[in-house]
Amino acid sequence: MRPVLSVDQVYKYFGGVRANENISMQVEQGSIVGLIGPNGSGKTTLFNSIVGTHPIDKGSIKFEDKEVSTLPVPVIAKLGLLRTFQQTRIYGKLNCIDNMRISAKPAKDNLFSVFSTIPTELNDKAENLLSFVGLYQKRKLRAGDLSFGQQKLLELAMALMNEPKMLLLDEPTAGINPTLINGIIDRLLKVNREFGITLLVIEHNMRVIMSLAQEIFCLAHGQLIANGKPTEIKNNQRVIDAYLGVQ
Amino acid sequence: MNQKIILYLCLLAFGIAAPFLFPAFKLQISIMWILVVLSLTWDVQGGQMGYNTFGNILFFGLGMYICSSFQIGLFFPLAEWTASGGEKTFVHTPTQFFQGFFVGLILAAIIPAIVAAIIGYGILGLRGHYFAICTLGLGIAAGEFAGGIELVGAGQGMTSPPWPKGIGDTELRSEFFYYICFLLMIFTFLFLQWAYSTRFGLVLNTIRDNEDKAEAMGINTMRYKITGWVVSAFFVGMAGGLMGNMIGYIEPVETAFAGRTFGVFMVLMAILGGKGTLWGPVIGAIAFHIFKEGFWTFFLGWQYVALGALIVIVVIFFPEGIMGWLREKYPERFGEIIDEEDRKAQVELK
Repeated sequence: MRPVLSVDQVYKYFGGVRANENISMQVEQGSIVGLIGPNGSGKTTLFNSIVGTHPIDKGSIKFEDKEVSTLPVPVIAKLGLLRTFQQTRIYGKLNCIDNMRISAKPAKDNLFSVFSTIPTELNDKAENLLSFVGLYQKRKLRAGDLSFGQQKLLELAMALMNEPKMLLLDEPTAGINPTLINGIIDRLLKVNREFGITLLVIEHNMRVIMSLAQEIFCLAHGQLIANGKPTEIKNNQRVIDAYLGVQ
Repeated sequence: MNQKIILYLCLLAFGIAAPFLFPAFKLQISIMWILVVLSLTWDVQGGQMGYNTFGNILFFGLGMYICSSFQIGLFFPLAEWTASGGEKTFVHTPTQFFQGFFVGLILAAIIPAIVAAIIGYGILGLRGHYFAICTLGLGIAAGEFAGGIELVGAGQGMTSPPWPKGIGDTELRSEFFYYICFLLMIFTFLFLQWAYSTRFGLVLNTIRDNEDKAEAMGINTMRYKITGWVVSAFFVGMAGGLMGNMIGYIEPVETAFAGRTFGVFMVLMAILGGKGTLWGPVIGAIAFHIFKEGFWTFFLGWQYVALGALIVIVVIFFPEGIMGWLREKYPERFGEIIDEEDRKAQVELK
């Protein structure tokens, strides 16, 4: 298996704060990989570095063998590397269908396609994906009127609409009730298996990440302290110390 | 659908018949159509895209100066015209007048559009209040700048070419400008109605709702922001060119780069009618113009106080404008419904 994403010795400082130090990780094509660590350990910073929100100080990030660490956000997204946000970001005043329609990749993307019409075939696909996440009935409501959990689901559906190769999910189950969490796990597994999308997931809910991921990376204080299979991570003394505090 | 067509036809009939139904208000209704254009185009940034701009007045003044300058400069030396009394020495023949007018009007649209693209490239990276403040500076700077250019009459301003002698009277003149204003308004409205139905409209809305998300989804937002401003500048510039001809006199700060009047009015009209909707700015502009003229007639001396009170009332009771208020009251009329019927996911995407 070749890695679809490879992060190599990445450093990111914010002034004196060492957000990421010497992080190296590889994500294989078609896998589900977890990223865990205490609050403030640099998980979201790493996500931001990967998708190009801010430049990194040192190191390299390759997506499908292409160096992406110097590219701007929209260009990386167009390569097929998408992320969702911890605090949901949806287009609040547009209805769900419009949120979906504009999330699809345009057939052409240049100055002349600014005034292109959005093909009507996309409506069907949008409705399909909305029913996939259980939002079909609310498709005509403004996205901003949905509950937080529903917005998270909508954001997932929007990402799928774009047909990415890889999806970075920032806490997909935070703030969602336990029943719905099971639904999300099922859907993420389905996304991975049926659509063939590689997933890199930040998650605090251990039950979720253990049942989802095939490999887990653990960060603490901006450094990578462990990686391995879920069972190995569960029994790793350094991980336990980082989460629960050292005696 | 049929109702809509009837509504459009009624409005069209009113627009065509208005100068004969209300001959005394020809100029006022012409200005109303100009205000509708200003309000519609301001809404492209302020409403649809969520970028509050005070800079659109720049294109208005620019269009005004460009149109008149070319109308004169094509046939006579501009510097001598703007020197005192020049307009009495040189007289346009009817052919010269109309040639100059149409060439001037087209350039008054194109040049501001190009200026918008250049300035937009520089400042549309700014967001929120920073963008608003920056554009506020633009309008003021342009007024001062124009006031320093001797060629266009500096602080004294310049006259636009008077209506040529030998073809009709002042009635014909005001009817001519009335219909040009009306046409411009219809053209602006139809263009925006079409543009909002394309990708352009939805992307502007995503920029308003969450620009970071739009970028994260792979949308080159800068391209759309600049295009939006170019569209606005095109129509505002043309409106400016028309306005300059209609009132016959261009003064840098009071008429051309009139940030205190038209610059503020365009914002108020869009907010009054409902930002981010197609009809809101139209309704807002018409309502605003009627109120404004009413205040000027009945509360002379207190007109700005009355206008200020109106603004306060609008902001407190209708923060989302007339259309926004209607939408809040009757969401189902605007298509916001929960569909009881569910649908099974058919998962086959690629």
